[in-house]
Amino acid sequence: MTKEERLKKRHRAEKRFRFYGLTSIFVALLFVVILVQNIFSKGSSAFKKTVITTEVFFDQELLEIQNGASQEEIMEADFYDIMIENLIKTYPAKDRDEEDELLKLFSGDAEIEIKKAFLNDNNLIGKTITLDLTASDDIDQLHKGNYPRDLPEERRRISDFQLVIYDYFVENKKISKNFNNYFFNNGDSRDPELAGIGGALVGSFYSILICLLLAFPVAVLASIYLEEFAPKNKITDFIEININNLAAVPSIVYGLLALQILLATIQLPRSTPLVAGITLALMTLPRIIIPCRASLKAVPPSIREGALAVGASKFQSVFHHVVPLALPGTLSGTIIGLAQALGETAPLILIGMVAFVVDIPSSPVDPSSSLPVQVYLWSESAERGFVEKTSATIMMLLSFLIVMNFIAVYLRQKFEKRWN
Amino acid sequence: MNRLVKILLGFLLVLSFTTTSYARDQIKIVGSSTVYPYATVVAEKFGKGGKFKTPVIESTGTGGGMKLFCAGVGANHPDITNASRAIKTKEKALCEKNGVAEIIEIVIGNDGISFAHSVNAPDADFTKEQLWRALASKVDIDGKLVENPYKNWSDIDASLPNKKIEILVAPPTSGTRDAWNSLVMVKGCTKTAKSLYDAEGKKAKKECAKIREDGYAVEAGENDTLIVQKLSSNPDAYGFFGYSYLVANKDKIKASSINGVQPSLEGIQDYSYPIARPLFFYVKKAHIGVIPGIKEFLKEFTSKKAMSNRGYLAEIGLVPLASDKYKVTRTAAVDLNTIKLK
Repeated sequence: MTKEERLKKRHRAEKRFRFYGLTSIFVALLFVVILVQNIFSKGSSAFKKTVITTEVFFDQELLEIQNGASQEEIMEADFYDIMIENLIKTYPAKDRDEEDELLKLFSGDAEIEIKKAFLNDNNLIGKTITLDLTASDDIDQLHKGNYPRDLPEERRRISDFQLVIYDYFVENKKISKNFNNYFFNNGDSRDPELAGIGGALVGSFYSILICLLLAFPVAVLASIYLEEFAPKNKITDFIEININNLAAVPSIVYGLLALQILLATIQLPRSTPLVAGITLALMTLPRIIIPCRASLKAVPPSIREGALAVGASKFQSVFHHVVPLALPGTLSGTIIGLAQALGETAPLILIGMVAFVVDIPSSPVDPSSSLPVQVYLWSESAERGFVEKTSATIMMLLSFLIVMNFIAVYLRQKFEKRWN
Repeated sequence: MNRLVKILLGFLLVLSFTTTSYARDQIKIVGSSTVYPYATVVAEKFGKGGKFKTPVIESTGTGGGMKLFCAGVGANHPDITNASRAIKTKEKALCEKNGVAEIIEIVIGNDGISFAHSVNAPDADFTKEQLWRALASKVDIDGKLVENPYKNWSDIDASLPNKKIEILVAPPTSGTRDAWNSLVMVKGCTKTAKSLYDAEGKKAKKECAKIREDGYAVEAGENDTLIVQKLSSNPDAYGFFGYSYLVANKDKIKASSINGVQPSLEGIQDYSYPIARPLFFYVKKAHIGVIPGIKEFLKEFTSKKAMSNRGYLAEIGLVPLASDKYKVTRTAAVDLNTIKLK
C-alpha cells in the first residue's frame, strides 16, 4: 500500500465516522419528532370542550325559591327539574325513551352548571338566558372527529336518534367548542368531559415544594461540608462512593423504603404529597449533591487563597466567596434534580398515590395524585375520551419539564463566571 | 447559618404536628382493578351529594388490597377493599390476627370476561377445552403430557380456522388473569391431563393454569386499552378482558362465543355465559361511626339507582345481580351483617 492509498483510506474512515454520527443523530431526532407529533395530534383536542348552547328558563314553580334568594337557599334548592325541563326543549323528542337519549347528550354536571349561572345572578326567576352547557364525552368525541359515525348502529355508543339530534344541533349552530376550563380546574372524574388535572397539578406542586424544602438545604450543606471542610480520608471516600451509588439506585427502591419507614413505622398518611415529597427528596438528594460538589470544585483555589490571605476565616472564605460563585451551578443542578422528581411515577405507586382523588387537595396531608400518576391512571381507563386527556396531560408535564430545564440553562449561562 | 438551622427545625416541627394531628374524614378504599371503575363512579356521585368528602380509591389489585385491609384497625388502614374474588381463608386468618374481627361482605354484581378480536375478523366460537389447548404450556395427546404443539387453531380442531394462534394475555398480577385461570384454564383442562398431573405428584390446578411461553401467547401488560388497540390492528389476534371494555369499544372489537354463547348482560347474570364471576367489596365494621360516611356510602353503592338493571353501574358494564341476590346484598349493606371469619 502506497502512502497515497493509506491517506485515502484514513480519509474514508473519517467520512464513514461522520456519516454514522449524523445518521444516529438523525434517527434520535426522528424518534423525538414521532413521539411529540403523536402526543400533540392526540392531545391537543383536549384543551377544547364541546358545549351545547341551550336556552334556560327559570320557572318559579319548579325552583320553589324567590328572586334575591341567599347563597344557602340556592345551594339547597333542587335544580334537577329545571335542568330536565329545559334540556328536553332543545329538540322535539316524542317519548320518554327519546328524551332519555337526548338528556344523555349533556354532561353529568348540567344541573350544577345551571345552578352556577343562578348563583352568579340570583334575579333570574321568570327570565330566560342562554347558557353553554358541557356536552357528554360521546358527543364531545364525535364533534372532535375522534369517533366514527359510519358504523352500523349496534357497534356505536351513539344511537341513530342521537346522531339525528347532533346533526340538528350542528345545523342550527347550537354546538361549538370552547376553552376547556374543566381540564385545569377539576380533579379526577369518571366522566371524561369533567375530568381535569387540577388535583394532580396541586399534588405535584406540594410534592415538589416539600422535596425542594427538604432536599435543597441538606444537599447544599452536605456538599459544602464534603467539598470544603471534610478531611480527605477513607471515611469521606466511602461516603463519596455511596453518594454516587445512591444516585443510580432505581427509584422504586426509594418507594419501598418510604413504604416501610414513612408509612409502616412512622405512620404518615398514605397517598399524600407529604410522603411523596419526602420520598422524592430522598431520591433527589444524591442527584443534587453531585452537581453541587462539581460546581464548588469549579471555583478556582485562588479565590479561597485570596480570601484567606487577607485574613478571612475558613468559614468566611467559603460562605462569602466560594458559595456565591458556585450558586448558579448549584441552582441549575437542583432544578434538574427536581425536574426528574416531577416526572417520577414508580416510587409513588408504592406509597398509594395511584388513587382516584376527586377533591382538590388543600394541604400536603390531603390525599392527592400527581401529574405522571394521572397519565398512568387515565391510560388504563376504558372510555374513549380519556385518550386525548392522557396525551394532553403528557403535554403539560413535558412543558413543565422544558420550562424547568430552560430556567436551569438560563441561570447557568447568565450568572456563571468563566475562569480563563 | 443560624437562620438555616432555624428554618430546618421549624419545618421538622410543622411536620411532626401534621402527623400527630392527623385524623381522617374521608373514606379510604383499596383493592381490585376490576372493581375500581365501578367504585370510582359511586364515589364520585357520593362526593357530589355534598354531605361527605369524595372517597379516595387506590387500585392495588385484589391480593394487595386484602393485605392492606387486614393490616389493622385505625385511621391509617383502609376502610374498604374491593375484590374480584371472595376473601380467602388465609386472608381471613390474617384479618383476625390483626384485630379486624368484623367484616361486611357486599356482592356488587357480576363481571363477564370476553374473549374478543377485531370486528374485521369472521365470527368465532370456542369451547373452554379448545381455549385451554390453545393456551396451556402442556397438553395431553394420546394419554401423554407434551409441550403444547399446536401452531394453528385448526391443529386443535378441524372445525376451527386455519390461522396461527395468537392470544394477548393479561399479566399474572391482574384479577382478570386470576379469573381466566380459574374459569377457563382449570375448567377447560381435560380429565386426562389432571390425572396425569396428579400421578406426577403435582398440583393439577396450578399446572393446568400455566400458560405457554413459545410465542403463541403474548403477555400484553395491565393496560386493557392497549390490548384493544392491538386487537383492532391485527384481525388474527385474540385477547381477553372485562365485559366493560367490550361495551366501551364495540366499534373496534367483538366477542367470540364460548360454547355457542355470546357474552350478554343476562347470560353473565345467570352464569349461562361460561366465563362470568361475582365481584365484591369488604367493609371494616370497626370503622363505621369513626370515619364519617361509610354507612351512607354503602347505601349509595347498593341503591337501586346504582345497582339495578337500569342503574348507572350497569351503564358502564357491571352486570347487575339477579333480584334475589340483590336483596341479600342490600340487607347486608343496611343491617351491616358481618361474615364469619372461621
